[in-house]
Amino acid sequence: MEKAIETMSSPRSAGKAEPRKATLARTGNEAMAEAMRQINPDVCAAYPITPATEIVQIFANFVNDGLVKTEFITVESEHSAMSACIGSASSGARTMTATSSQGLALMYEMLYIAAGYRLPIVMAEVNRALSSPINIHCDHSDTMGGRDSGWIQIFSENAQEAYDNLIQAVRIAEHPDVLLPAWASTDGFIISHGMENFELYPDDAVRQFIGEYKPAFTLLDNRKPFTLGAADLQDFYFEHRRSAYEGMRAAKKVILEIGREFGDKFGTAYGFFEGVHLDDAEVVMVALGSTAGTGRVAVENLRQRGIKAGLLKLRVFRPFPAEELVQALAHVPAIAIMDRSDSFNAQAGPLATEIKAALYDAGQYPKIINYIYGLGGRDIHFRELEQILEQTLKAGKPNDLNSRVVYWGVRE
Amino acid sequence: MQNLKQMSNQDKVGLAGGHRACAGCGFPQIIKMIYGQSQAPVVTTCATGCMEIATTIYPFTAWRGNFIHSAFENSAATISGIETAYKALKKQGRLPAEQEMNFVAIGGDGGTYDIGLQALSGAMERQHNILYICYNNEAYMNTGVQRSSATPQGGHTTTSPAGKVVPGKIQFPKDLTAIIAAHDVVYAGQASVGFHIDLMRKADQAFGMVGPKFMNVYTPCRLGWGSDPAQTLEIARLAVETCLWPLYEVAEGRWKLTRKIKEKKPVTEFYKTQNRFRHLLKPENEELVKQIQEEVDRRWHDLLQRCGEGA
Repeated sequence: MEKAIETMSSPRSAGKAEPRKATLARTGNEAMAEAMRQINPDVCAAYPITPATEIVQIFANFVNDGLVKTEFITVESEHSAMSACIGSASSGARTMTATSSQGLALMYEMLYIAAGYRLPIVMAEVNRALSSPINIHCDHSDTMGGRDSGWIQIFSENAQEAYDNLIQAVRIAEHPDVLLPAWASTDGFIISHGMENFELYPDDAVRQFIGEYKPAFTLLDNRKPFTLGAADLQDFYFEHRRSAYEGMRAAKKVILEIGREFGDKFGTAYGFFEGVHLDDAEVVMVALGSTAGTGRVAVENLRQRGIKAGLLKLRVFRPFPAEELVQALAHVPAIAIMDRSDSFNAQAGPLATEIKAALYDAGQYPKIINYIYGLGGRDIHFRELEQILEQTLKAGKPNDLNSRVVYWGVRE
Repeated sequence: MQNLKQMSNQDKVGLAGGHRACAGCGFPQIIKMIYGQSQAPVVTTCATGCMEIATTIYPFTAWRGNFIHSAFENSAATISGIETAYKALKKQGRLPAEQEMNFVAIGGDGGTYDIGLQALSGAMERQHNILYICYNNEAYMNTGVQRSSATPQGGHTTTSPAGKVVPGKIQFPKDLTAIIAAHDVVYAGQASVGFHIDLMRKADQAFGMVGPKFMNVYTPCRLGWGSDPAQTLEIARLAVETCLWPLYEVAEGRWKLTRKIKEKKPVTEFYKTQNRFRHLLKPENEELVKQIQEEVDRRWHDLLQRCGEGA
């Protein structure tokens, strides 16, 4: 159990010398733009898209006001954004971008290539539904669509986490054992446009935490020319793809190390996930992003009514912390897995599929109900989450598809 | 400009020997002649295509300098990122002050005229200091000879076959060089592998200019064209002499014809050298050939006007 605890976030630690922070009112987009300003990348190539547009706009102001040293490439599409990022990162420059939804979908081809070349590009992502029909509001279908691309994938509950996660993403991606691209995501509009209290760490402290970028290779050094992206056939392709897996496995250790170091420096430590009332919980909700915030209220309300409810907020989706997750859920008899996207495998949402696979390997067979909810930004209220938890607790073990997967709140 | 004799003594330029390009393929010569004019080391991006496949099968590479391929439609976007990284790191003093580099993006006509046109337009419009080279062999040769928007009218390809009802590609090729010139780039030129001096002079001029440069270089593909590999250069010259592929440049907005054609040869002279046009020489396609000839004449006339050559 001790080991599992370590993989979770810890509350603000007292007594450590923390740098002076400024408490501000900021939206998720503003918080992410602030992180980008402090990270101060060498190159940023980005294209605006709702609801991530503001990140690009605010950052353009930082560039044109001379607050960053970044060269900003105002590309003509997201495909070119990621392509330019690949060129830039291959040239030894610390490189960032931001996007959402269709923009991320347009990048999919290049996401795999960025990961295959082991380029530590960092992206601020805002979760939004994918067309069709067109919809600008939050769900997770965009980032879930990129889940097998080789990117490290971190979800954020609120603006503070979005900021904290984006800063950590740089360290994780650039770690010599990892060298994979990473995105930190927020929930479209709910977090990206919602104003919250937000603590901005001093520029110097963030820059010190990030450190100097030491690229593994660069196209700008002509002393030892090399070819990147050669045609790679039956005799080597497999090994090259396998190397990305090695990076992803190593990322698990690195993410925890950096999460702890971040806590020592700024006050909040981060793990793979965070538990609320997990220890004695009889029913647990597993959720990503902003729904976890709503889930906290639901769990507290149920606790007041004597129901032993708990919440597991998953922060890191790639690499998937399977071993740690099953350990944290080992004693839980009933689990509601909340998927804000559908994988259309006609079986379960992406989060449920992953968790069920992990539990099977661990020989744990709790009662699981998968809730597909909130697609296209449909609101989810804490009362609904209370209902979901109660329903999951009371239900018999699901024995068919309709009882295993509930499309919550959809008009049939 | 380096002449052929000087270049023949350089073995560290462009491509090493042993690449897998077909006999009679034009692109290795194009690379050698263009890269020979660069005064600084070159970083290359290349779109997916014959050149990338033939020069880089892992663990081998034929590239003497730094090279990256990432996808089909993004050679221009990738070079944008490299050139910008160079600018950023140079400004911060993280590269040696004396270091100079040239940034070259390459694509075939598929990667340039079609799937990569958006990325190319974006890079040209943003005024990156790059040279984009299209090696134009008038079809998607790497995937097995499918039509592109550069394929000539009447040309047989596997997706515009010379059939019983439709005699090859229906449309005239689009004028990409003029489209790029309309971006107000510092240099846009059409060259041919068949005219070495003209090609090398254009590369020399382009490397000497700051800003976005574009060269559209014509080269036969013996496989896709059904031509004699020993005749590659002759056929490339014939395309110029029939005015199917005029040699011109637009440098800082000034249009200039770089090879005057005193006696224009009929397009059928060009057709005779390649299987892809065999059907056009049959009597039932006489009218089509006449229409194509008229269109070639009209475009040639317009080009002369633009270049101030009169008619």
